[in-house]
Amino acid sequence: MDKEQTAAKPKLKLAVYWGAACGGCCVSVLDTHEKLLDIVAAADPVFWPIAMDIKYKDVENMPDKSIDLTLFNGAIRNSENLHMAKVLRNKTKILVAYGACAYMGGIPGLANFSDKEAIFRRVYDESESTNNPEKIHPQREVKVKEGTIEMPQFFNDVYTLNHVVDVDYFIPGCPPQSERLVEVFSAIVTGAQLPPPGSVVGANDKTNCDECKRKKTDNKLVKKFFRPWEIQDDKETCFLEQGVICMGPATRSGCGVRCVVGNSPCRGCYGPPPGVTDPGAKMMSAIGTMIDANKPEEIDEIIETIVDPAGLFYRFSLPGSILGRKVQ
Amino acid sequence: MEFRPTLVAFLCNWCSYTGADLAGTSRLHYAPNIRIIRIMCSGRIEPTFVLKAFQQGADGVLICGCHPGDCHYQEGNYKCLRRYKLIQKYTQQMGIEKERLRLEWISASEGKQFAELVNDMTKTLLQVGPSKVKGTLEVEHLKK
Ligand code: SF4
Ligand code: SF4
Ligand code: FES
Repeated sequence: MDKEQTAAKPKLKLAVYWGAACGGCCVSVLDTHEKLLDIVAAADPVFWPIAMDIKYKDVENMPDKSIDLTLFNGAIRNSENLHMAKVLRNKTKILVAYGACAYMGGIPGLANFSDKEAIFRRVYDESESTNNPEKIHPQREVKVKEGTIEMPQFFNDVYTLNHVVDVDYFIPGCPPQSERLVEVFSAIVTGAQLPPPGSVVGANDKTNCDECKRKKTDNKLVKKFFRPWEIQDDKETCFLEQGVICMGPATRSGCGVRCVVGNSPCRGCYGPPPGVTDPGAKMMSAIGTMIDANKPEEIDEIIETIVDPAGLFYRFSLPGSILGRKVQ
Repeated sequence: MEFRPTLVAFLCNWCSYTGADLAGTSRLHYAPNIRIIRIMCSGRIEPTFVLKAFQQGADGVLICGCHPGDCHYQEGNYKCLRRYKLIQKYTQQMGIEKERLRLEWISASEGKQFAELVNDMTKTLLQVGPSKVKGTLEVEHLKK
């Protein structure tokens, strides 16, 4: 970033917020290392719970559209997440869904295979480490002598950020590659022409397979699928050709295919490539053509070896997928 | 209100659609709750088509193609069969009853079989009841 140029301009007001998230996205912002200093030189963080002490009330009192850029990470799982999404939408000029959870639901979105009741039962009654003979469950309100304390409401479903507010841009990844954030951030700071609102930024327009360096042939027929630990990876042939499911064909490039580079199949955290709404559907198309059998029973046997297609193909994208959750 | 299942059917152009047409021109009576979508070949079926149909309110989805060995494009129906089985596994994991999704082979001369198939699937859907896929993740109210 050109320091003189950024110094001449008024500093951007920046917010980074987490909804239902693990904290990794906030860390990925810190992981910009020395570039973080450039970011801080060009922008004043006005709200960033992981790094600074400021209350929700203070944000609520800010004038509308007074924050230039908000990186909202995390999914919408409870009423607190929802409230802050609405507040930040009003206060922010450019609202970015930052990371897989805000973009598609991410790992917390896997809860859409279950529901609130089952989750509470598991967590507060049944889990191996739970000792709760009185069956105490969280309450929305608790009366203490100073008054009533309210707890956020835990929703039955997990939502994406775009389900609850309009989003200007999406930066995919679990977490996004820090270098890609720096690129996007620089573009905003320098006033470069931004793509139309609603675009995915900080990623490429191809699939991971297009950028993957592993050896590929046209022979993608498979008699059996393996889980990664079931075979000895030869470290050079395409995972799919070795029978290991890799989400590369259904995943947008931009991460540098970093998992495959690390000899692990892609799990799809960058979301679907351009033109595809449902990564799992795309993956089912691809896998369907790979199954090397025509007889129904043989096909069944091969599909049997794909243990959990729903969990595998929608690991980061269940709430944002066509079905969105398990039917209940 | 009486439940009338909505059945979305994807029929391949060369055999199954012609078969359905024959059912019509032969004036066979079959359940009127079917919405037919013609595709060139059952191999053209994308999982997205099936998922979108359910998400938009279909109570059942029927895919029909030429009998094995008869596909106009040689292998399309085998490709369809493999995808179908994978979609079945996924939709069952998602809580969609197995009976709601069906793949059958219908040739150009099987108008009668087509009419019977539609009646049979409609009967099954009446037993299984309305699909709850549409609206299972309600999001429209959230932006308000
Ligand atoms: S499937 Fe995975 S290993 Fe194979 S080319 Fe695509 S990204 Fe690379
Ligand atoms: S290789 Fe796949 S799972 Fe790994 S970081 Fe890239 S998109 Fe995410
Ligand atoms: S043309 Fe009928 S299934 Fe291919």
